[in-house]
Amino acid sequence: MFLEVKNITKKFDDTDVLKGIDFNLEKGQVLSIIGSSGSGKTTLLRCLNFLETPDTGTIFVDGDCIFNAGDTHKKSFEEIRENRLSFGLVFQSFNLFPQYSVMENLMLAPKLRVKEKVKKEKLPKAELKKMYEEIHAKALDILASVGLSEKVDAYPCQLSGGQQQRVSIARALMLDPDILFFDEPTSALDPEITGEVLKVIKSLAARNMTMIIVTHEMNFAREVSDKIVFMDAGVVAAEGTPKEIFESENERLHHFLASFNNAQ
Amino acid sequence: MSFIDITLELLAGFGYTLALFFLTLVLAIPLGMLIAFCRMSNCKPVQNITKIFIWIIRGIPLMLLIFMIYYLPGLLGVTNVFHNVDIYFTSLLKSNEVVKIGSFIAVLIAFVINYACYFAEIFRGGIESIPHGQYEAGEVLGLTKTQIFTKIVLKQVVKRILPPMTNEIITLVKDTALANAIAIPEIIITAKDFAARQAIIWPLFYTAVFYLIFVGLVTIILGKAENKLSYFKA
Ligand SMILES: Nc1ncnc2c1ncn2[C@@H]1O[C@H](COP(=O)(O)OP(=O)(O)OP(=O)(O)O)[C@@H](O)[C@H]1O
Ligand SMILES: [Mg+2]
Repeated sequence: MFLEVKNITKKFDDTDVLKGIDFNLEKGQVLSIIGSSGSGKTTLLRCLNFLETPDTGTIFVDGDCIFNAGDTHKKSFEEIRENRLSFGLVFQSFNLFPQYSVMENLMLAPKLRVKEKVKKEKLPKAELKKMYEEIHAKALDILASVGLSEKVDAYPCQLSGGQQQRVSIARALMLDPDILFFDEPTSALDPEITGEVLKVIKSLAARNMTMIIVTHEMNFAREVSDKIVFMDAGVVAAEGTPKEIFESENERLHHFLASFNNAQ
Repeated sequence: MSFIDITLELLAGFGYTLALFFLTLVLAIPLGMLIAFCRMSNCKPVQNITKIFIWIIRGIPLMLLIFMIYYLPGLLGVTNVFHNVDIYFTSLLKSNEVVKIGSFIAVLIAFVINYACYFAEIFRGGIESIPHGQYEAGEVLGLTKTQIFTKIVLKQVVKRILPPMTNEIITLVKDTALANAIAIPEIIITAKDFAARQAIIWPLFYTAVFYLIFVGLVTIILGKAENKLSYFKA
């Protein structure tokens, strides 16, 4: 298994938001997480990305333990920072850096990273320039793949929501994450432009990007996922292939999907 | 006295104004940042002490604060240090007028403390207004806390605090007149002396021109800075 999540629990004050989450994911697969509002989907994603610290549980990536709540010593921000490299996260509200152009948004983190590396390994300055050029070329490639070649020099405030979300996907891709997470990537968008973002995610799936997607777009989840996890009140209430999930007899799942169909 | 003589004398007084203005700005901004960070500290005692400090400083009229600082050494049983410095420099420079360096330092201390507190609250407001998502986006991209602050948050904060800072800085220009509380020969005292000793009234009105020009310059410069940051929305 590429990603193994075991017994993740999380409490806020006195409410148990996550009550022991387990799931696995193979490399190159797409996992969708569905579930009603407040079931803990965002909290789970935040725990996996170290934005929250789970109370219990372990996370293994490719056999390496990157999180263990039982560890006696609390991980420092620095150590967590190293582990973050395996993951990318795309936010519901994009969170682009407004003062930077699209290109600068993409290049910021990789540039800082190579700068650190050059400093640490005492490489010659010329090396840095070459690395910056490589990063620039890579950014152009990635922008082309999300269909935003023309917006290289635009600022976030000059872009539509769909374009901003595609930039934020591109920004996450710049660091070559092993797993890319999405938290309702289209929820903040007008319905008519969700398609352009979903298309980008589908193209990533076609290139075997390992992804975990929290979504309320049921048709999209059915189409793109290898596996779907249904969360309910802080537990994984059902999991399986899209076919298994959408044909499941599980009562809570049935209820959830029915409410969805009625709402649409 | 000719127009030029009077202009030169007023300019000499305005020199104190400019010195007080720039020194206050240069010292109060870093001190204000320090106070802002203490105010936002996770350590409750530090936070509370800072809160009380800001309350006291902002609650005391600046003029009173100037007197308090000036007379504090005397109150503590030490001799009046500021006054002694005045006397020392006066004799050192063999000047027949009192050289008010010590008094000026007392005024400067009061100004720096006072403005640092106002600036601190503006900085805090600016920093706290940046959406949490900006920090989190930096975090998941593997930036360090320092990088997040300097590369992501800072410029957005500067953009947000420029308008209130402009206000505060213009007030500072005019507050420099309070230096005459302990008889620093700044421009208004100079102008008043003309009226009192030589019955020339118009320099008082002329003095306003100095302030207007200076405030005008400050407004233009800070307006330029605001324009420079108007290319993005934050
Ligand atoms: N920082 C927090 N402090 C306290 N409670 C929180 C916090 N974050 C989330 N919660 C609570 O945890 C529960 C789960 O929230 P979460 O955001 O994970 O749900 P969700 O499944 O993502 O819902 P949605 O579909 O609406 O996004 C909610 O009841 C929420 O109020
Ligand atoms: Mg959510």
